[in-house]
Amino acid sequence: MKTCLVVDESRVVRKVARRLVEDRGFAVAEAGDGMEGLAWCRAMMPDLVLLDASMPLMSGLDFMRRLRLEPGGRAPKVIFCSAETNLERIREALDAGAAEYIIKPFDGDIVAEKLALAGVA
Amino acid sequence: MTADDNLFLAELCAELAGLKIDPHKGYLIESRLGPVARREGFGSVTELVQAVRARGEERLALACAEAMAPGETAFFRDRAVFEHVWREIAPQIARRRADGVVRIWSAGCGPGQEIYSLAMLQAEQPAPTGRVELFASDLSERLLDRARLGVYSSFEVQRGLSARQLVRHFENRDEHFQLAKRLRQDVRWRRVNLLDDLTPLGVFDVVMCRYVLSGLTDEARRRAADELARTVAADGVLVLGAGEAPPPGFVADPAFGCVLRRAVEVRAAA
Repeated sequence: MKTCLVVDESRVVRKVARRLVEDRGFAVAEAGDGMEGLAWCRAMMPDLVLLDASMPLMSGLDFMRRLRLEPGGRAPKVIFCSAETNLERIREALDAGAAEYIIKPFDGDIVAEKLALAGVA
Repeated sequence: MTADDNLFLAELCAELAGLKIDPHKGYLIESRLGPVARREGFGSVTELVQAVRARGEERLALACAEAMAPGETAFFRDRAVFEHVWREIAPQIARRRADGVVRIWSAGCGPGQEIYSLAMLQAEQPAPTGRVELFASDLSERLLDRARLGVYSSFEVQRGLSARQLVRHFENRDEHFQLAKRLRQDVRWRRVNLLDDLTPLGVFDVVMCRYVLSGLTDEARRRAADELARTVAADGVLVLGAGEAPPPGFVADPAFGCVLRRAVEVRAAA
């Protein structure tokens, strides 16, 4: 079974995202911040990371850069998930290696579409 | 609104635009006509309908019919179909044309996602031979105005578009996103009722009319399909929505059931 790590400080977003991704056949783990997320990845590298871009302790970009330095850390597809609509910020995330970008709020159709576009459906 | 009001509206929509509206779905009628009532200065949908019934004002009646037309659409809806049209069909046709020009028409374009998907493909994968001309039409002037502006919500740009396409082809416009002017300028727009005589429009190499005919009454669907068929070049294609029946004389492409060619052409090529 494919695995997904949801990294988001909001418990509500994690809960919603978990259900939507589980519906698409993933086993899902959750982390409330970047440090917790990295710990999860060191224990078991997921196939997909659904990543909040603007977390307080470690930004999404910082998390992704550190993830890529971990053994096996280049493998997971990372989909940013943020209320940020500034196209320059979205471009930054893509240029840094994000496979896709979801603008919050989202629904099941958008998640399904983005998983397909990221090649992890 | 009374059951009689709903029936009146369903009949009005069928008459003006061939739309198949279920008069039992009062909630749908109310929700679609709410914005029209507000825009036109009525206190409620009931007042709007009463005015349409009392005045017989064509502009108001047409506004109701336009609002009742199904508006569900997305960028690159059934992405493989767009790739097939762009990479296979358009180049084949371009090679057969002396001027190398391929004319593509999005009939019932709604807010424009379908034709702009092709405009984006044109920017991303310019045709190796020939040139593509993009045309789009809709029954609704309001939708055409919206399509010309090319402004979409975050929900709309996430239906079918990759994030790369979003940052490449769009600009921020307040909380929304606007397609780049250079792509919007690639499209020619026109108000067209598919129930009218379409021969003045000329002939197109690719006619895309996706998920439009299925929203029409049986009689209107036959008539619109006949009219559309007359606008397809002899060696052109008609692209309908998945599961929409081909008009007489057309057969499905073996790879894509919604891509239809003239049966006579298919037999000649065999």
